[in-house]
Amino acid sequence: MAKGESITQWNKSGDTSTLRNRKSFPTSAPNTPVSKGQSCPTGNDAQSSNGTSAQFSSRLSDRHMCTVLLVLVVGLSFSTRLYKITEPPHVCWDETHFGKMGSYYINRTFFFDVHPPLGKMLIGLAGYMTGYDGTFPFMKPGDKYEHHNYWGMRGFCAVLGSLLPIFAYLIVLELSRSETAALIAASLLIFDTGCITISQYILLDPILMFFIMAAVLSMVKFNQQVYRPFSASWWLWLVLTGVNLAGALGVKFVGLFVILLVGLNTVWDLWRLLGDLSLSLVDIAKHFLARVVGLILFPLFFYVTVFAIHFVVLNKSGPGDGFFSSAFQSRLIGNNLHNASMPEYLAYGSTITVKNLRIAGGYLHSHWHLYPEGVGARQQQVTAYLHKDYNNLWLVHRQNSNESQSPTPDLVRHGDIIRLEHKETTRNLHSHLHEAPLTKKHFQVTGYGNNGTGDANDLWQVEVCGGQKGDLVKVLRSKVRFLHRATGCVLYSSGKTLPKWGWEQVEVTCSPYLKETPSSQWNIEDHINPKLPNISLSVLKPHFLEILLESHIVMIRGNSGLKPKDNEMNSKPWHWPINYQGLRFSGVNETEYRVYLLGNPVLWWMNLASLGLYLIMVAVASVALQRGFSLSQKRKEHSHVLMRGGGLLLLGWLLHYAPFYTMGRVLYYHHYFPAMLFSSMLTGITLDILLKSADLLLRPPYSDWLQRAGQLVLLFTVLHSFYLFHPLSYGMTGPLAHEPGSSMAGLKWMDSWEF
Amino acid sequence: MHLLGLPLVVTAQVDLVLVLVSLLAFWTRLSRLSYPNAVVFDEVYYGQFVSLYMKRVFFIDDSGPPLGHMILAFGAYLGGFDGNFLWNRIGADYPSSVSVWSLRLLPALCGSLCVPLVYLLTLELNFSHLAALGAALLLLLENSLIVQSRFMLLESVLIFFVLLAFLSYLRFHNAPNRFSWLLLSGASCAAAVGVKYMGVFSYLLLLGVASLHTWNLIGDHTLNVCVQCVCRFMCLVVVPVLLYVFWFYIHLGLLSHSGPHDQLMSSAFQASLQGGLSRITQGQPLEVAYGSQVTLRSSASQPIPCWLHSHRANYPVRYENGRGSSHQQQVTCYPFKDVNNWWIIKDPGKQKLVVGSPPQPVRHGDVIQLVHGMTSRFLNSHDVAAPMSPHAQEVSGYIDFNVSMAAQNLWRVHISNREAESDVWKTILSEVRLVHVNTSAVLKLSGVSLPDWGFRQLEVVAEKLFKGHSSVLGWTVEEHRYGTSQEQKEREAELHSPTHIDIDRKMSFWAKFLELQWKMLTVKQEDSEHKYSSSPLEWITMETNIAYWLHSSTNAQIHLIGNPVSWGVANLSLLAYQLLAAVYLVRRRRGIKDLPDAVWCRFSCLGCVCVGGWVVNFVPFLLMEKTLFLYHYLPALCYLYVLSPALLEHAHTHLLSSAIQRQALGVCVSAVLLTVFLSYRNFCPLTYGSPELSANQLQGLRWRETWDILYRHR
Repeated sequence: MAKGESITQWNKSGDTSTLRNRKSFPTSAPNTPVSKGQSCPTGNDAQSSNGTSAQFSSRLSDRHMCTVLLVLVVGLSFSTRLYKITEPPHVCWDETHFGKMGSYYINRTFFFDVHPPLGKMLIGLAGYMTGYDGTFPFMKPGDKYEHHNYWGMRGFCAVLGSLLPIFAYLIVLELSRSETAALIAASLLIFDTGCITISQYILLDPILMFFIMAAVLSMVKFNQQVYRPFSASWWLWLVLTGVNLAGALGVKFVGLFVILLVGLNTVWDLWRLLGDLSLSLVDIAKHFLARVVGLILFPLFFYVTVFAIHFVVLNKSGPGDGFFSSAFQSRLIGNNLHNASMPEYLAYGSTITVKNLRIAGGYLHSHWHLYPEGVGARQQQVTAYLHKDYNNLWLVHRQNSNESQSPTPDLVRHGDIIRLEHKETTRNLHSHLHEAPLTKKHFQVTGYGNNGTGDANDLWQVEVCGGQKGDLVKVLRSKVRFLHRATGCVLYSSGKTLPKWGWEQVEVTCSPYLKETPSSQWNIEDHINPKLPNISLSVLKPHFLEILLESHIVMIRGNSGLKPKDNEMNSKPWHWPINYQGLRFSGVNETEYRVYLLGNPVLWWMNLASLGLYLIMVAVASVALQRGFSLSQKRKEHSHVLMRGGGLLLLGWLLHYAPFYTMGRVLYYHHYFPAMLFSSMLTGITLDILLKSADLLLRPPYSDWLQRAGQLVLLFTVLHSFYLFHPLSYGMTGPLAHEPGSSMAGLKWMDSWEF
Repeated sequence: MHLLGLPLVVTAQVDLVLVLVSLLAFWTRLSRLSYPNAVVFDEVYYGQFVSLYMKRVFFIDDSGPPLGHMILAFGAYLGGFDGNFLWNRIGADYPSSVSVWSLRLLPALCGSLCVPLVYLLTLELNFSHLAALGAALLLLLENSLIVQSRFMLLESVLIFFVLLAFLSYLRFHNAPNRFSWLLLSGASCAAAVGVKYMGVFSYLLLLGVASLHTWNLIGDHTLNVCVQCVCRFMCLVVVPVLLYVFWFYIHLGLLSHSGPHDQLMSSAFQASLQGGLSRITQGQPLEVAYGSQVTLRSSASQPIPCWLHSHRANYPVRYENGRGSSHQQQVTCYPFKDVNNWWIIKDPGKQKLVVGSPPQPVRHGDVIQLVHGMTSRFLNSHDVAAPMSPHAQEVSGYIDFNVSMAAQNLWRVHISNREAESDVWKTILSEVRLVHVNTSAVLKLSGVSLPDWGFRQLEVVAEKLFKGHSSVLGWTVEEHRYGTSQEQKEREAELHSPTHIDIDRKMSFWAKFLELQWKMLTVKQEDSEHKYSSSPLEWITMETNIAYWLHSSTNAQIHLIGNPVSWGVANLSLLAYQLLAAVYLVRRRRGIKDLPDAVWCRFSCLGCVCVGGWVVNFVPFLLMEKTLFLYHYLPALCYLYVLSPALLEHAHTHLLSSAIQRQALGVCVSAVLLTVFLSYRNFCPLTYGSPELSANQLQGLRWRETWDILYRHR
């Protein structure tokens, strides 16, 4: 029964929306400030000439209805997302990463991830608040949660996910002033199986999308405050936009796209203000500064604060240490550099690790593998490796191999000629006049010789940067360069990732260009020599901004390092809008509980079709305007909504979708969801205006009927398709879809769907 | 009769300046064209294709569409080149039979014509003859453009067509209704795109400018808008597309013989080429029947094209990592023709291995067995992990070891490109999936090489969860004949004998075009860094050079190094234009009109063409993940050379008010031009490769630390 009611209410709202439209449109009354809810009737249709009392009552019922609709959207949204939230009671898909990282926050263990920390911090916080103790290991998908309190983290994500349709409703309402459009947009999201699935698990996406939508909503609200600059609500929405932008960026770097959207909107806004000759330059400067503060400085502060919290909370050594510089590691409790104690000066006979000084440079590394045929000489590989490993250990030897037997070993000095022997494989660090594997301008570095006997190409001259002949080499603090004796080149880490044969480690070369850059500078990190006394070293504590910069570079490099594997099936951006292939969240076999992330295909294809429809409608409208046809007031408003509101959403869609075509990293289906939100909102506006333009075809009473019928068909389609595909989100067991007994029998419309 | 009474008058206006710069351009680009008489840099790359054109052998090159290659080949054809030259290393001497001059003539001509084109383009942008002369001089004295024009390379051809396209479009715009110019513009766009894919961006820019102009027309009620729009659309969209396809038509028409790249193409495509596969497959029976002897080629050409194969060797009982196998006969994919690639299609219900009369064709959905011709083992799969891809099922030639592993050798034929549900399996044309009946897994090429026990052949597996359409799942019958011998010995003899009979098989041009274009866009060559490759941001400051050629015994050498002074001028003007435009825009927005509308229009048009041209020819490179060289920047640079003098003229007429300032500007410009000329002279030895310089002089020319200039130790 409730459904039936909602339909009638919805239809009624269609009646009055045209009235509301006119009242608050800047174009129809460009210079009169119109605040929301205030009405100044200027129209000439039957309703507005009915007199003030009728108007008043219609507005009252209008407002009443608005609230009812909003409550309806809220109710449906929360109930669809929170339904079966604890199912399945095992780790699904990427929960294994993000749940684990949430636990790291609770345990205060340092880790490394390619995304900024806010999302995982919030997950950790949600878990902490709901009594999760951080002990569940999140080893691999499919692990049972058993007694662990996981519902809090899932519920948190689901609550944020439930807010998306509500935000969409409000945004579209704000942009189009039409409840119908808003309701279409909201229902497209409420009943989309993909949106439901992605909101129900411990993932970053619902958090990211929450911030994106919140930023767009605040931006739209802010745009609406255009006639009341510098009022309290103006400031409020401006600051909220900024906060949400920072939040979006703090969850994933994809947040950059919404920042771009807001940025473009702001530039456009400022350009409009600049053209307003009634404003003085001082006013414009005030506007400009307000936006700089609200949209740049304040969010930046917020974003940096998030990182500060991140570094303060995570103070124990963990799996991510090796990605960072020696100085950074010394901050972490439990790391061997924390309150380190080791021989102070580099000596012959010591065992050392050598770390490159470029940001996120690795340890000098070698292993029992040769360079493949066709890549320089077929000798042992030498690479840079970001993790701590026994293969990073090297022995320091004299040029001639006889070690002095004196109780105190000799120290290495600036200008000394040394040999570095790889401890595990007993090969010497070696270079020669062959091209390096990737950086063809440099020479190849290999491991050569056996048990420390090699040839003259194994000799390297130690040089302390800024030092003089005879200076000692300080562990951890000296910047050291290794000059190859025979060819005069310098040991260099290019930062390029080797292909599969090199285990995707980083290339090490010998560069003939002797300019001092961090890539050619190294420091001695571990230093083990039993013959020398250990001295407590207080490493220079790094500055917070240095840490911030370093962690960003590590993250960005990690992101671009996620290259697609050759023989894996990769998701391509063109797959996404056509809903070509989903993602398996849980379960493969017939006996397992299966959840499959796939958008409701009917809705997604409707979105795709509306995109085309939108372009056609805008083209027709703009040609008509450019050609100077005389259009009725209603049509003008419609084309205005299409171009301004729709244009903003189209831009949002493009910004969240098109950049993926240029990305080299591995892509997944769920990357499309932010774009899909914009696409759905655009569909709301497009279809609403299409139906309202029914009177282009038919005369008034019939056109209204057509409009109603269209809305009903739309509603039915949405509900029925949701009914058909809901098992995708809420779980399926039993036979797979291509077998007759399945709950999804006959619904595998595309061969590429895997349920 | 009346005409005869009139005096016959020819009036001609000759722009002497234009003639002069053209002559200079020809002189700088064409003199001593055949020196050095050796392969220079990328000539080694384009040369091999020229040779293939001469021999009419099919090839596929992913670096660009075929028009550019054809232009080079046309030059070679004019010079009577017969294609008999081994293009194997830079610096190899040409034999006397090769007319080097004609090989290099067409690019050099295009390069020289760019100079007058730039002159005319500046005039069409409504700037003065003096500005036009300036632009022409900058282009004339640009060492890198000279170097790039004088050899068998494509950049100068690309630049020529792009400039021609803009020139003719602006001609049309300034004198509307002369649609021949518009047509010429469309044709040049097609040519530019046909030479290099980069031309697409210039074409898009031109389309953008044209649609802006057309958009303004829509509001104009004095014109017949529909006719205008349709004409423009035809000339700028339809004609270029058709022409682009036409280049491929010529290309495919010329290359009719099979060659080294055949294997990248589908069997049907190969069969349409003379020699190669078509010689083998000529006259094969079309419909695959029970009893047919076939070779099955994988549809994937990654990592290399290969055929389903088996041989008398079993999977090792235990793999290196300790996992067990079925120890049955190996089934692999083998990249060479071999008698072990033959399989016989058997009806599971019957014993015989010969084709009945009439032949009973195999249709979509039929269940078959596949018998290996030489060993008579059945193609089999079962729930044993495959050797290299343990998530997939092993595929083997079934051997009954009596270990309660029953044969599971039934396969369902699934024709992916069928037209009807009961379509017959056709040789070469049908792409087939073999679905294992017991497990519904699909026969698949995993692409992984087996270790030594598998002779490094490629692994074949059966995988259950097939994901949509993928070429690794498809197999095509390539060689095919109806088997006639039931006895194993006879059959072996039959398999060893070559195939027979005769029918012709045609593939339509459109199918060939689409396949070729798709392959050209998707074939990825292993791209690695080159010694002289550079990143786009280095181009602006000319951080790197490219050594094109070094004399085999002396220090004479040719480098791609631009004229540093002109380079600086270009960068400055780019910056200046943007600043100026920003200032003008903001001031106009505040209602202060510094410029009359006509001048503003001219100024913004200049920006659209020149700055826009620079952007579209530069920015895309920032996003590309391929090996890039300094010469990729040359098209973008040419736009800047048009921009600089025009901007100076603008400054002269609209920014400087007093006569003294104008005179000072004049002096400055003359001084800059002089330095441009001096720096051109300075780098001439590296541009033309003569005279030979001493090591010290070469050291003196190394203006930047990062340039690589070669010295010969003597």
